[in-house]
Amino acid sequence: MAQTSTLPPVLRESGQREVFCGLTSIVWLHRRMPDAFFLVVGSRTCAHLIQSAAGVMIFAEPRFGTAILGERDLAGLADANEELDRLVGDLLARRPEIRTLFLVGSCPSEVIKLDLAKAAERINTRMQGRVRVVNYSGSGIETTFTQGEDGALTSLVPLLPSNPEPQLLIVGTLADGVEERFLSLFARMGLETVRTLPPRQSTDLPPVGPGTRLLLAQPFVADTVRALERRGAQRISAPYPLGVEGSCAWMAAAAAAFGIDPERVAAVLDPLAERGRRALEPLRRKLEGKRLFLLPDSQLEIPLARFLHRECGMELVEVGTPYLDRQLMAEELPLLPEGTQLSEGQDVEKQLERIRASRPDLVVCGMGLANPLEAEGFATKWSIELVFSPIHGCDQAADLAELFARPLNRRELLQWN
Amino acid sequence: MELTLWTYEGPPHVGAMRIAASMEGVHYVLHAPQGDTYADLLFTMIERRDRRPPVTYTTFQARDLGGDTAELVKRSIQQAVDRFKPEALLVGESCTAELIQDQPGSLACGMDLGVPVVSLELPAYSKKENWGAAETLYQLCRGLLKSQVPAPGTARPGPERWKEEKRRPRVNLLGPSLLGFRCRDDVRELRGLLADHGIDVNVVAPLGARPADLIRLPQADANLCLYPEVAGPLCSWLERNFGTPVVRTVPIGIGATAQFLRELCALLGLEPPELREADQRSRLPWYSKSVDSTYLTGKRVFIFADATHAIAAARIASRELGFTVVGLGTYSREQAREVRAAAKELGLEALISDDYLEVEQAMAEAAPELVLGTQMERHSAKRLGIPCAVISAPLHVQDVPARYAPQMGWEGANVIFDSWVHPLMMGLEEHLIGMFRHDFEFVDGHLSHLGGASAPAAQPVAAPVNEVPEVTPLSATPEGGALRWTASGEAELSRIPFFVRGKVRRNTEAYANERGVAEITEETLYEAKAHFSR
Repeated sequence: MAQTSTLPPVLRESGQREVFCGLTSIVWLHRRMPDAFFLVVGSRTCAHLIQSAAGVMIFAEPRFGTAILGERDLAGLADANEELDRLVGDLLARRPEIRTLFLVGSCPSEVIKLDLAKAAERINTRMQGRVRVVNYSGSGIETTFTQGEDGALTSLVPLLPSNPEPQLLIVGTLADGVEERFLSLFARMGLETVRTLPPRQSTDLPPVGPGTRLLLAQPFVADTVRALERRGAQRISAPYPLGVEGSCAWMAAAAAAFGIDPERVAAVLDPLAERGRRALEPLRRKLEGKRLFLLPDSQLEIPLARFLHRECGMELVEVGTPYLDRQLMAEELPLLPEGTQLSEGQDVEKQLERIRASRPDLVVCGMGLANPLEAEGFATKWSIELVFSPIHGCDQAADLAELFARPLNRRELLQWN
Repeated sequence: MELTLWTYEGPPHVGAMRIAASMEGVHYVLHAPQGDTYADLLFTMIERRDRRPPVTYTTFQARDLGGDTAELVKRSIQQAVDRFKPEALLVGESCTAELIQDQPGSLACGMDLGVPVVSLELPAYSKKENWGAAETLYQLCRGLLKSQVPAPGTARPGPERWKEEKRRPRVNLLGPSLLGFRCRDDVRELRGLLADHGIDVNVVAPLGARPADLIRLPQADANLCLYPEVAGPLCSWLERNFGTPVVRTVPIGIGATAQFLRELCALLGLEPPELREADQRSRLPWYSKSVDSTYLTGKRVFIFADATHAIAAARIASRELGFTVVGLGTYSREQAREVRAAAKELGLEALISDDYLEVEQAMAEAAPELVLGTQMERHSAKRLGIPCAVISAPLHVQDVPARYAPQMGWEGANVIFDSWVHPLMMGLEEHLIGMFRHDFEFVDGHLSHLGGASAPAAQPVAAPVNEVPEVTPLSATPEGGALRWTASGEAELSRIPFFVRGKVRRNTEAYANERGVAEITEETLYEAKAHFSR
């Protein structure tokens, strides 16, 4: 399906980045796996970051926390290890429902070289299987925002049981409802063995082996894919399931990988696509011809740009991405219109200057920039909503488009005289 | 190492950001990794600021660590100065940068930038946000004013020099900042209050001040230390070095506002304020004396906040509203002494903690009817089913209201009366619904006069006693035997106001356990009541 288009050289920038670090992905991961606990080993800044990013909307007894390093921990690593063991012991005693404990590395723990892999090993031995302890890094010096999920999933791969049987494994967190919908659609096509990583229970880990074909629900799981490939799995190359086109191509690619009759696939997908396009129509009228500028944030920018251009008729001024993974974007890049300016990395001041110069109709950005841009007269859409909302699949295509149409509608609604 | 789930305060560099963002013409270069830029959203989302905080982050990455991060710092500093042309530059580091010891402050000082540079050393592993804010404000003022400090032994002008200089007295309002509780409105209220007494405002800092304004700080006849968490160290330094006297009474509540005015007028040599002023300017005294406020008498209130607002709330609650303060605490360790003193006056021991779970536990044990706290306590109180009013930072977007809603001064007292009493009245309403639930209108909770399908017309009276299961099994008691509430016990318990029901249940169970009673009847409940009231 991929026709090739020519894109100008990618604008590579290094400067101030206005992007969350990988710790932030805990905000959705802990909801996905309610029997897991995410313990960041870091500073007060880490605790404050997660709290601020999560907002108070999930202020319950949270399934994440921060082991805040103090001056004494910095003075001697031996003590820090002992302290961590003590703290984990207390935590697990108080929260017996925890089945998997993720020890999450942070900038300070990486810099002082606190070995969380060793710590996980130590605690695993001590817990004797009652709780599984794994570790990964969500530090800002190594990961951006959604990459934290990649780290968390990678840390689970060694725990997956082996099974050579054919199965489809969906990789990357989807909203529960969306996931169920995909599973039922695959079942209608005759694809019965479909598993997901992350699972809904951290103990219900999917198997992996030479019969496993990987279908990526999210574009930020590169390390997870490599780890799964080392265990014999093979990746299905497909665009991401955003929009009618992307979702259909995504499901069709999976069906094709399992040799399912294309007619049967079409019988399932065609009515969905037709309905999805119908639902999109009024939104397309709203968005058509509007100029869009995406700042780097969630790593979803390229698939979103593809959807908003091809299905909603938006013009792409600039498509920023924290980092460009050409392999995982292989099916997406050719679908971008000719001349699309991609940018990788960020120098936020320069990027804001480009926004001011190009006057887009809508800017997709993080929460730190949204109100200041609104005050400058730009309509904005916060990107963080995209990682919380059910946006994947044909049935969600119109909802996804609506997220972008809403700021524009609102501007038309408001009047002051 | 300490386990933290939710925190009251951010790291100290966020305190420094609050100072920089509160001011005009100040820029802050922060040596920090990617991710630390999250702090921008505190200002742009919670405070709904229309511009980014004036902060440049170096956003170093792992690959920079092998190379020359000091060069990155210098480049960021130069770019920030060139782009933003600040009148004063703050340079500091966040927790991670502190570990790699690039000393950005010293680097900046060696750069000949043509602007005053203040190097901030805010120990991220031992200090917190409010300390960082106070230290930053102090260091910034000290840096800008140190050349003006008179030599030791120089005669200092007295607070009454305005008389000789034939002008009105003038004061500085110190401490209001972004992400502080209702600071914007407190400043407006105090400006009015001071104007009414013929007092001018010299400088408000940090909120809205420029570096040039800070240089004028010593021209004031007195400093008003409005938020000691932020302004305490600066006020003390100005007092020591410039001889400027400080009024430390925080004018929140009727009594404190009156005391504040008395102290200030006495200090400046002005006529003392009229006693009637409070009654004329605020409705709180009359509302509190009015007959329907009698139901406020002795209401049990639990207070947890920053020190400024906790102390103020304890005074208002106990003296001006006739509540009984059953718990008082703060997360502001720097001001623990003052809060302990306030608690002692009320016969309490102050809770000094930054562990919200410890606070929740203390709250549950105190069995209050109203909680005055932060957003954390609001959530804890909700879980416990207790009404709550928020009185202090840390802020939620709803703590930055569109309307004028100060805490200080006469209008502040009005705002406080409304915002504390309304949740209680809602609580009372719930109680009344509980009392009247035998009436068929209340069987399903609130029913509208519009009627509707939910009206249980067919079964008008469903006595709750019949709805209670015969015996309610309970979790195992500490001794291992299971306690049971009989239907009569449950029915009696359900007649007790909801906000003390939990406490009565616990007391009764404790009593039953102590006596080895396995079944709790209505009689057990009354025996326990008599036992505990002794």
